[in-house]
Amino acid sequence: MSDLDIKVKVDASGLSCPLPILRAAQAMKSVQTGELVEIVATDPGSVKDFDAWARSTGNALVEQDASGGKFRFVLRHK
Amino acid sequence: MDETISIVLFSGTDDKLNAAAVLAAGAAALGRPVKIFLQYWALDAFRADRIEADHGLAPEAGEAGRAAVAAATKAGHARWTDNLRAAKELGEVDIQACSASMAIFKLKKEDLDPLVDGVEGVAAFYINAGEGQIVFI
Repeated sequence: MSDLDIKVKVDASGLSCPLPILRAAQAMKSVQTGELVEIVATDPGSVKDFDAWARSTGNALVEQDASGGKFRFVLRHK
Repeated sequence: MDETISIVLFSGTDDKLNAAAVLAAGAAALGRPVKIFLQYWALDAFRADRIEADHGLAPEAGEAGRAAVAAATKAGHARWTDNLRAAKELGEVDIQACSASMAIFKLKKEDLDPLVDGVEGVAAFYINAGEGQIVFI
């Protein structure tokens, strides 16, 4: 775990594609430049999805880890 | 590069409608404009009085496929209508009914679910698709 200052947390556990990335995109709209959003998902496809989403939208994927079948992502709003 | 994704949605079974909804939602999450053009059986599925009905699956689903989809639905997987509504809330998703298909089914705009933004012909569809990709489902 980290001691990042997370502004919004989203639990997308149990949701299948495209909902984790949809919920993340919605949450990112609610925060300001530089603020962080954390998303937890169980869909294994979300690993490649979040990487692609961050690269395409220009928002930074600042942390990413996996444990116990859960994938955690921290995004910083550009 | 034109980032618009245009989906010609012809099929009216729940699996293909959801495949289109997933593509639309993903593009919306990426901030790409989405246009959906409803023809034939897809248009029929967007009737206000039956959009939430069971529209079945494509013939290739088979028995095992139908069981898998039924289990996923029971487990709470999002319906295609939910995915489309979420996509429209998030991004720029425009859904247009094909005017020729409207005539075949004798439909008026008010017969359709509010998810449908309007009615247009094929020329308008191509102009709005611009140089972006077109997907047929």
